[in-house]
Amino acid sequence: MTDNTLLSVEDVAVDLPTPRGNLRAVDRVNLTLGAGQTLGVVGESGCGKTMLSRAILQLLPRKAKLSGRVMFDGQDLLQLSPEKLRKLRGRSLAVVFQDPMTSLNPVLTIGTQLIETLQEHLELDDATATRRSIELLAAVGIPAPEQRLAQYPHQLSGGMRQRVAIAIALSCEPKLLIADEPTTALDVTIQAQILDLLAREQRRRHMAMIIITHDLGVVAGRTDEVAVMYAGRVVERAPTPALFKKMRMPYTEALLAALPRLDAAPHTPLPAISGRPPDPTRPLQGCSFSPRCRYAVARCQTEKPALQAAETSAHQFACFHPIETHAEAGA
Amino acid sequence: MATLELTIDEGVAAQPAKRGRRLGLLFWLAIGWMIFMFAVAILAPVLPLPSPTDMDMLERRAPFSMEHWLGTDGLGRDELSRLIHGARISLVVGLCAPIIGLTLGGALGMLAGYFRGRFESLVVGSMDVLLAFPPLILALAVTAFLGQSILNLTFILGVLGIPAFMRVARAATLTLARREFVIAAQALGATHARILLRELLPNVILPLFAFFLLAVAVTIVVEGALSFLGLGVPPPISSWGTMIGEGRESLDVAPGSPSCRRRRCSLPCFPSIWSATPCAR
Repeated sequence: MTDNTLLSVEDVAVDLPTPRGNLRAVDRVNLTLGAGQTLGVVGESGCGKTMLSRAILQLLPRKAKLSGRVMFDGQDLLQLSPEKLRKLRGRSLAVVFQDPMTSLNPVLTIGTQLIETLQEHLELDDATATRRSIELLAAVGIPAPEQRLAQYPHQLSGGMRQRVAIAIALSCEPKLLIADEPTTALDVTIQAQILDLLAREQRRRHMAMIIITHDLGVVAGRTDEVAVMYAGRVVERAPTPALFKKMRMPYTEALLAALPRLDAAPHTPLPAISGRPPDPTRPLQGCSFSPRCRYAVARCQTEKPALQAAETSAHQFACFHPIETHAEAGA
Repeated sequence: MATLELTIDEGVAAQPAKRGRRLGLLFWLAIGWMIFMFAVAILAPVLPLPSPTDMDMLERRAPFSMEHWLGTDGLGRDELSRLIHGARISLVVGLCAPIIGLTLGGALGMLAGYFRGRFESLVVGSMDVLLAFPPLILALAVTAFLGQSILNLTFILGVLGIPAFMRVARAATLTLARREFVIAAQALGATHARILLRELLPNVILPLFAFFLLAVAVTIVVEGALSFLGLGVPPPISSWGTMIGEGRESLDVAPGSPSCRRRRCSLPCFPSIWSATPCAR
């Protein structure tokens, strides 16, 4: 897409063997991300968002099988030796996890965790590393950072912990930050702060970012491009403004409709998406959204729609009956 | 230093965390008793005590007196002195044997729980084999075979403790290894050694240490049992077990003698107080 492509995910598929049969968590996903750009990956629980991020990081469960190609900064991550991969992680690739309650080690102080990460990748002496840690904590908006170094994760609030997790992820100036539902476990009031913090640090450090979320509201206005995933597949992909201007995939529309809106009258029932995602161990022959889709016809049940370009090649969707009406801009 | 405006106030004024925890009276009693025990055992050679092995045939089975605070045993040896010198043996064995179990069992358990796979099957399988032997019988057989010495006794009791420590460490590691902070550490490019030592060990050491304290109490009793059966430390060195064993012989001759009475209360008292320590933690 762009010439300064940082990450390109080509035909990546993740298979997890389960007692009930093979589970295809990610099904031939293609994505590209330029340096300094932001990609939003949206989808409901269990649609393969997290598995996709783990596939990029090569941190899949032991039994998972990965196929395809993940090119990062000119290197194929699947071909790298474990040692090179280890050096790349943290240094160039960093993650912020969903739940800051569990992503920090409960028995080590904030300072230990930050300083050790710094020293692991950059050759810093103790004093420099401590100073850098304090700077990082201040940069992520933690008051009194000197005192925080000696504290344990349980002494901080959820929002503070997520800030610490972000500080650790940012510590080595990564080129790509993957934020895996960074605000799901947090209060609504804190969510915007954390997202703004991520956006601010991203601009400042000129890093690329992948925001994984189930909330279309989170990606609106904060990302350059959005990929909507359903049942392991990317079903719609578009530059963010184009997507919110004119979404083509009924699933995207349903996701947006399911967001609570401030301008709706009180007690308006939310138009939830009826039914449940298909059982990933028993893949459907046709479009995986067809059982829940209100536009579905007979063809949707027998044939899988491929990703096709809409008006521009950047906007792609996988549907036989794309929505033609203009959807309203984001919630 | 701070390059950014601190727009967000979390409402929490940062203050040095004060960690005050009220520890019950039982805890301090247990700690005090332990310190007293250790101090007396360590200082035994410099304390003004009669020799624990000198016999005084005229003063056999003597009752409490100023000269012999706890009386004398069947061979006229000072009971208090034997008790204190015996504590040295019991404590050395009771501490060293669980340390062997803690280090070897803990390391094996963590490696097995972290790396899983064939290595885990091998470790768990071999530990099950070791557990299948009745421990006391095995200890008896080995001491009988290798000979009686403090070193052999410590060694065999230590090896017998490995499976239990391995299980505690493996169970803790298994639950921790799939937690997000371990994945986060991997995502930050930590090596296996670093994850094991810096991320997992500080978490695993807590249940291991609690188990260690219990193991010390159990080991002292097992050492006592072996010595009671005459397969513990070789005479004339005293340990609490040998003293009970010798006291048993005096039981029919002088059932009320202090050596018999004291043994029945003082020995169980020690492990029970020791066990109180992890509870109080």
